[in-house]
Amino acid sequence: MAKKLALIASKGALDWAYPPFILASTAAALDYDVQIFFTFYGLTLLRKDISDLKVSPIANPAMPMPLPMPNLAQMIPGMESMATMMMKQKMAKKGIATIEELRSACLESGVKLIACQMTVDLFDFKPDDFIDGIEYGGAATFFEFAGESDVNMFI
Amino acid sequence: MEFDKEVDARNLNCPLPILRCKKGLSDMAADKTLKIMATDPGSVKDFDAFCKQTGHQLLQMDEADSVFTFYIKKQISD
Repeated sequence: MAKKLALIASKGALDWAYPPFILASTAAALDYDVQIFFTFYGLTLLRKDISDLKVSPIANPAMPMPLPMPNLAQMIPGMESMATMMMKQKMAKKGIATIEELRSACLESGVKLIACQMTVDLFDFKPDDFIDGIEYGGAATFFEFAGESDVNMFI
Repeated sequence: MEFDKEVDARNLNCPLPILRCKKGLSDMAADKTLKIMATDPGSVKDFDAFCKQTGHQLLQMDEADSVFTFYIKKQISD
C-alpha cells in the first residue's frame, strides 16, 4: 500500500509557497498518496493567478541581502516588489521551478488539493477564483486522511 | 552504457530532476533503461533515495565536467 503524506499549507508568501509544493510533488514522484489542506493565507496559493506572490524582507532578518538594509529602509514603498523581483530572477537563474510549475506537477501526479471552506468564507473567495480540480473541506476532512498518513506537516 | 530513453535535467534545481525522471519513466516499459543528466549536486543523493524508495534500479552514475549522469532501469510494478 502506498505511503501517505498530509500537509497543511498556511502561508501565502512566495518563499513559503515552495515547501508544500516541493514536498508534495516529490512525494507523489515517490508514489505517495498526497493531500494538501490550504488554510488561511495558504489558501491564496490555489487562486488561478498566483503571479502576484511576494517575498518580504521585513521581519525576516535571516534573508540574505546583497547589502545590509535597516528595517526602516525596507518599509519604503516598492521595496517588497523589488525584493520579489530579485528573488524571482535569482530563482530563474538557479533553475528553480516556479510555483505554477510545481503546482501543475502536483495536479498532474494526482496530489489532492483541498481548500479550507472556513477560509473561503472568511475572505469571501468565489469558486471561480480557484483553479479547477480542487476540493473543499474542513478540519475533520483533513483528519480523515491525516489520521492514517505516514507523514504529517504543518507549513 | 546502453539506454532506451534520455532525459536532460541539466541546469534544473531540486526537485525538478526527480520530477523529470519520474515523468520520463512513466511511459516506459519495465526493464528499459532511462539515462538522465543533471547538474544539481544534490541529485546524487536524491536519485539514490528515489531509486531506493520506488524500487527502480540505479545501474550506474557517472560524473564528468560537473554533469551527473544516471542510468535507471525501470522496475516492473510502476
